[in-house]
Amino acid sequence: MPKVIPVSDELSQPFWDAVNERRLVLQNCTACDKLQYPPQAACQVCNSGDRLEWKEVEGKGHVATYIVIEDGRLNRRMPDQPYNLALVTLDEDPTVNFYSNLPGVPAYQAPVGAAVELTFEEVAPGQLIHEWRVME
Amino acid sequence: MTTNNNFQWRRDRDGLGVWEHRGKVAIAGYGHSPVDRRWDGENLDTSLGAYTILACEKAMEQAGVTKDQVDGIVCCDSHIAGGSGGSASNWAPRPYFDPPYDSEYGITLINAQWLINSMGFKNVKFAPTGVPTIGEMVGMASQAVGDGVCNTCLVIYPTGNLEGRYRRGGENADDYARGVRQWTVPWGNHGGNDFINIFPHNQYCLKYGGEHDDLAPFVINQHKNGMLTPWGFNYNHGIEPISVEDYKTSRYILNPLRIWDCDRPVNASVAYLFTTSERAQDMKSQPVYVLNHSQHNFRFRTTQPDLDEVEMWTDRQAARMYEGAGLGPADVDIFNPYDGYAIMTQFFLEGFQWHGVKRGDAFAFYAGDISVKGPHPFFSSGGNLGNGRTRSAMYTDSIEQLRGTAGDRQVTVRAETALCAFTTPSSGGWLMLGKYPS
Repeated sequence: MPKVIPVSDELSQPFWDAVNERRLVLQNCTACDKLQYPPQAACQVCNSGDRLEWKEVEGKGHVATYIVIEDGRLNRRMPDQPYNLALVTLDEDPTVNFYSNLPGVPAYQAPVGAAVELTFEEVAPGQLIHEWRVME
Repeated sequence: MTTNNNFQWRRDRDGLGVWEHRGKVAIAGYGHSPVDRRWDGENLDTSLGAYTILACEKAMEQAGVTKDQVDGIVCCDSHIAGGSGGSASNWAPRPYFDPPYDSEYGITLINAQWLINSMGFKNVKFAPTGVPTIGEMVGMASQAVGDGVCNTCLVIYPTGNLEGRYRRGGENADDYARGVRQWTVPWGNHGGNDFINIFPHNQYCLKYGGEHDDLAPFVINQHKNGMLTPWGFNYNHGIEPISVEDYKTSRYILNPLRIWDCDRPVNASVAYLFTTSERAQDMKSQPVYVLNHSQHNFRFRTTQPDLDEVEMWTDRQAARMYEGAGLGPADVDIFNPYDGYAIMTQFFLEGFQWHGVKRGDAFAFYAGDISVKGPHPFFSSGGNLGNGRTRSAMYTDSIEQLRGTAGDRQVTVRAETALCAFTTPSSGGWLMLGKYPS
């Protein structure tokens, strides 16, 4: 079943544009050298708004933990239940994390601690989202 | 008559020192409406508006205060049934009723102006708009009374519930994710505190060696305490206590989060009457004194808070409260944190180190004697899990314990100070109450 489709805004447009080009770019504060995700108007460390730039990251991470959504509230995802929702930390900065449904991994079988790599999934014509696939 | 809430009253920073009004503000009365599972959509005597008026009248009666003496009303503009999506959101487009039920106000919404009009308060000079939830409202009223902005202030917290499954409509039925939801919803996270706390809870189990079902003794005890709480939902609706087996075989919502880990939305209202300690001496019922209040709204550093953040946030909440009250963990007799989801409570217990519980010790503590008659009467109110989602049990139980009027729930240990809250690890507020002003 289809996932819910993200709607970009002024702040997030560069992010989703990059995702649609199969690249993962995060905000990086040139003053703090700190990655930031999701995008914000200012650096959460130094509060600078004009030192943020977009930086492409490699796209490697690890599964920190996961849950299985058995009775969620999202109408569009109910046919998928039960499904995994994992928390993935980014290797380049483990304080940055992402959600993932771990495509290809059966529900209840997410490998906590496993390495994952970036992938992309089309949720609407021309609209990708970033996902994470367990590495063999 | 109503004014904007500019949030300058908040005590939401580290290192503020002892609260300047410590012991100079008191709670002199409270009133609970009946607690129904839902409003039936027909009986206006059991509507959220009617229940709120009833709660106000009870609070004033308990304090021995008349409407003309009330000069402050702190009431949140909305509540959980409003703006949250789903069929349990707005009454419209169904036809409204005769005044004062001729709009959403009185049915799904309550605010200060509606109460002023409906109840005929004539001397209210402080009725802020944009008021947050009860976790902060009690602090807002405490500060207003302490600062002299008003001196007889009703704090009202209505929690409504209509028919239909909770929050299944509105934006949760949308095919698109806008705003902050673009970062969570495509993967299945609708953005509630269940999701926010279940991941740190899993990390907690991994780090400290427990498992999710170690929460069972705590959840069961909440139900037991709820059965001893005459103004709660469970007590009044014959909700049977649950066993360990009931808990461990209950269905999952967000595995490992179980249905019994989640509170039950209800239709109810509560009111508290705040005044100066000096005025409270002449009122009808025994006052309890406000020793400190604090608020917090910590910013997530990334998509999902992790255990490190949650522990840091709750450490800071504890430090603020203890500093402002001039007390420490060993001084707190009654501890009523928050349990809207059972998975978040251990973070508060350990952050505040109540009865010496340190990080990683909560599950062992839960497995001991936490009954109200035992040496560690944790969460004597029964919280939301034992009383329904009024988010007020923590406050009322604390008042009753300090007064010595908690009946079958009355603890056998000392009851001179109480910490109570409606809060999550990231946002909300705390209140420290005392039997004595100093």
